[in-house]
Amino acid sequence: MSAATIQLDNKGRLLHFLTVEGLNREHLIEILDTAESLRGVAERRVKKLPTLHGKTVVNMFFEASTRTRTTFELAAKRLSADVLNLSISTSSTVKGETLLDTLRNIEAMQCDMFVVRHSQSGAAEFIARHVKPHIAVLNAGDGRHAHPTQAMLDIFTIRRHKPDFPHLRVAIVGDILHSRVARSQIHALNILGTGEVRVVAPKTLLPAHVEALGIRVFHDLRQGLKDVDVIIMLRLQRERMQGALLPSAQEYFQCYGLTEERLTLAHPAAIVMHPGPINRGVEIDSQVADGPRSVILEQVTNGIAVRMAIMSITLGAHAQAARESA
Amino acid sequence: MQDIERLIEAMAEALRRLFTERGIANPALVGVHTGGVWIAERLRTLLEISDPLGSLDISFYRDDFSRIGMQPQVRPSELPFDVDGRHIVLVDDVLYTGRTVRAALDEIFDYGRPDSVLLATLVDRGGRELPIEPNVVGTRLILSPGENVKLTGPDPLRLVVKTS
Repeated sequence: MSAATIQLDNKGRLLHFLTVEGLNREHLIEILDTAESLRGVAERRVKKLPTLHGKTVVNMFFEASTRTRTTFELAAKRLSADVLNLSISTSSTVKGETLLDTLRNIEAMQCDMFVVRHSQSGAAEFIARHVKPHIAVLNAGDGRHAHPTQAMLDIFTIRRHKPDFPHLRVAIVGDILHSRVARSQIHALNILGTGEVRVVAPKTLLPAHVEALGIRVFHDLRQGLKDVDVIIMLRLQRERMQGALLPSAQEYFQCYGLTEERLTLAHPAAIVMHPGPINRGVEIDSQVADGPRSVILEQVTNGIAVRMAIMSITLGAHAQAARESA
Repeated sequence: MQDIERLIEAMAEALRRLFTERGIANPALVGVHTGGVWIAERLRTLLEISDPLGSLDISFYRDDFSRIGMQPQVRPSELPFDVDGRHIVLVDDVLYTGRTVRAALDEIFDYGRPDSVLLATLVDRGGRELPIEPNVVGTRLILSPGENVKLTGPDPLRLVVKTS
């Protein structure tokens, strides 16, 4: 069994959210529609719903992250759950405790959901396999494998601006090789029947057999941007880069940086996205990042509603499953 | 089955009398998805209320989430007016246990503090599990616990009784 199969129960309900791969259109639409109805909560006087009152969500972050952890925390709190934030790289693992030991200990604190970020691909899946059945596991990024909640918030942001996926051209630009975000986005865009998905990157930043994902590959940014409706810039993950995949950050910007001038090649109403954190002057020019076509901060806002949706759906699925087996 | 439009006209009459009695000049209508919104739309026309209609989907406020999980197809709640100091008429199709109304009241108060809330319901079928009573009722039905009444619509509105 893979991550794609263990996240669903035998009725196709989403018990964990580990990867976009293997989900069907209905799963994605349910997440997007639920997120849509949660978006308005932030504009109310009381920015809180009672849905997960009495539940405990643990953010298990084995890898540093500010935005992802914060939006998961806010999402849980806006659903009235209690939240525990653990930065595990700095505590138990340095004392020699294994992942399974850490897991058993947190489990013993009677929690209901684990949000897991780890530098190793498959970490969230490993935890989902070993966790007690009442606990839902959400993948907040595992190695180079997947970052499904980020992909869903990106899709949600695209849908709010350009809902007609079969007629969309989407270009994902940059470090595809190291990007779990790109992988999850490509799966999600394919599931929704997106007209054309392109990746634009130098050969050294593309995984082998990337065409097998059903996408068009470009090595030239100008060609890749031609007439696209959505541009997703990826962060140049310098901290992940071992060996000389690239000559220098400046040279990268010369070839693959998104500037105002290059943006004119895309469709005039194209939107510019970036999962953050942005490297200004490396993959994107400040003028574009802060410009009128940028929806980068909107992505951050949408991340809260999308994570609230995924939390309610997975914990709701656990409730249904538990009731049926009772 | 009874003429639903007639029942709604009678509800509008009863509401008008209540507004006069209580000196309510500027009420706001809030329908509970889905049937309550259909009825509230008709009441809004009959009562000549100019403010837009509010609508609530109480899925996130249900008291049985940890038993049955999320309802499919949640819609956004919208109260497109300032709730503070308003007299609100909460409109639902069928009043049974009172749990939906409890959830709707909780949700309204997360938007602000209304001066008052009145409850108008097309059908009261008894069976309350909470101390909640309607101010205006279209019709009362006596049903056994195994029976269910559902409003279908929006055009025409029809009450359908089913045995589960």
